[in-house]
Amino acid sequence: MSSPEIVVAVSNLHKRFGALEVLKGVSLEAHTGEVVSIIGASGSGKSTLLRCIPLLEVPEEGEIRISGEEVALRTRGGRREAADAKQVNRLRSQLGFVFQSFNLWQHMTVLQNVVEVPVHVQRRPRAEAVAEAESLLEKVGLAEKLNAYPSHLSGGQQQRAAIARALAMRPQALLFDEPTSALDPELVGEVLRVMRSLAEEGRTMLIVTHEMAFAAEVSSHAVFLADGRIEEEGPPSQIFRDPQSERCRQFVQRHLDR
Amino acid sequence: MIDTDFLAETLLKLLGGLPITLELSTISILAGVVLAVLLALLRQASRVGGLFVRAYVFVLRGTPLLLQIFLVYYGLGQFPLIRHSILWPFLREPWWCAILALTLNTAAYGSEIVRGGLAAVPTGAVEAARVAGMSRWTMYRRIILPLAFRQALPAYGNEWVIMVKSTSLASIVTLMEVTGQAYAIISETYRAMEVFLCAGAIYLTLTFLLTRAIGALEHRLTPYLRRPETTLGGLA
Ligand SMILES: Nc1ncnc2c1ncn2[C@@H]1O[C@H](COP(=O)(O)OP(=O)(O)OP(=O)(O)O)[C@@H](O)[C@H]1O
Ligand SMILES: [Mg+2]
Repeated sequence: MSSPEIVVAVSNLHKRFGALEVLKGVSLEAHTGEVVSIIGASGSGKSTLLRCIPLLEVPEEGEIRISGEEVALRTRGGRREAADAKQVNRLRSQLGFVFQSFNLWQHMTVLQNVVEVPVHVQRRPRAEAVAEAESLLEKVGLAEKLNAYPSHLSGGQQQRAAIARALAMRPQALLFDEPTSALDPELVGEVLRVMRSLAEEGRTMLIVTHEMAFAAEVSSHAVFLADGRIEEEGPPSQIFRDPQSERCRQFVQRHLDR
Repeated sequence: MIDTDFLAETLLKLLGGLPITLELSTISILAGVVLAVLLALLRQASRVGGLFVRAYVFVLRGTPLLLQIFLVYYGLGQFPLIRHSILWPFLREPWWCAILALTLNTAAYGSEIVRGGLAAVPTGAVEAARVAGMSRWTMYRRIILPLAFRQALPAYGNEWVIMVKSTSLASIVTLMEVTGQAYAIISETYRAMEVFLCAGAIYLTLTFLLTRAIGALEHRLTPYLRRPETTLGGLA
């Protein structure tokens, strides 16, 4: 490969909820192996931006590409929607999404959670999926908890299980929406440790986070969102240590101080 | 004073009606669940569907089951369209009429119970399924309905117990299930007390077993709602 492939690209995204315009033209790219962190104040549109990528929210305007393939959108009865549900599902299964609140399936054990999509969506042989799930769970430190139910795990363990579930899909990119914000402070570290090792493996990741020190350390590119626009972006050395815009400087200052 | 011979004889005769009682209960409960799920989904699916289901539930919950059984058994035959349809050989039979009325009735209650179960499915679980690229069908089959069913099971269990007891109404359209047998014996012997006590004991046994079975099913399906079992070996 001459230049690394673009795994996720959004351009000129606009998204509104009723009268509230949350995204006002955001463009973003993640190349293979890149870790892009997205920071910004609460309500600035970080989650909405991330959720637009797998079309959990449908933007009114703009384009989304996953591994070069454009997500087909259309307008029907004044509403923008996916034009081809099959395509959306296929593209979605190329992304791993990790939620702030884990969102594990409560009626399944940890192992069942992890093999669910490989077996029932991607139609891979169960034995193979189980073997892979076991090694992924070992990797996130949950080898002992294969047959436990999510409700019997700590938040940190649940989030690591959710990460294993996302990895089991063999995704092209991993999307994290504040993966440690719902955790007790003493459990944040174990999740960040797993994410750091994923970054070191060269996984493509987009991370919405308030953990500035972590973002500064693992990102290859950082984006500061303010009021639905990218106020500033650049290498972490710039964004976290030498921001050019006043708002970014104040934001980072406030969060690094904590 | 207690005529044990008569009791034993009665019990034996009543048990002759048990197969029909069991058939009516099992078939109407199972068919009722399927219909209830379809109704609950239809109610979510569209405005028109929602209106239809609400009207259906309103009517079937708002009128006596006995009346519904009469209506199916005596009423449907009045329509030439039905008399000449391929369904008539069935709808002429009291057995099928009872099944139909019981199913339609329990489906009305069931659809409300399922609706409650569906409403209790966490949105996060659905989002996680959606974002993983699950098709709607897979999502319902693997995530939404299993969670909704577990949520609805306690309430649904009550409904099933009620259904077992409601099969006794089928005796009114000549079916010789347990209650029908009881009537027959009483009209011969005039010993209502003993006969009804025996019939009552049979229903009590049935509902007891059903309640236990539902409890066991609930226990099996919802280990995550209990404290984790102490792990001995820990492997399933
Ligand atoms: N489904 C929705 N319906 C209506 N408004 C919404 C919806 N989702 C988000 N919003 C609004 O859009 C704005 C941006 O929300 P978003 O969740 O993207 O912010 P965020 O940057 O992720 O914030 P936080 O750091 O608190 O998670 C907020 O004002 C929020 O209230
Ligand atoms: Mg957010």
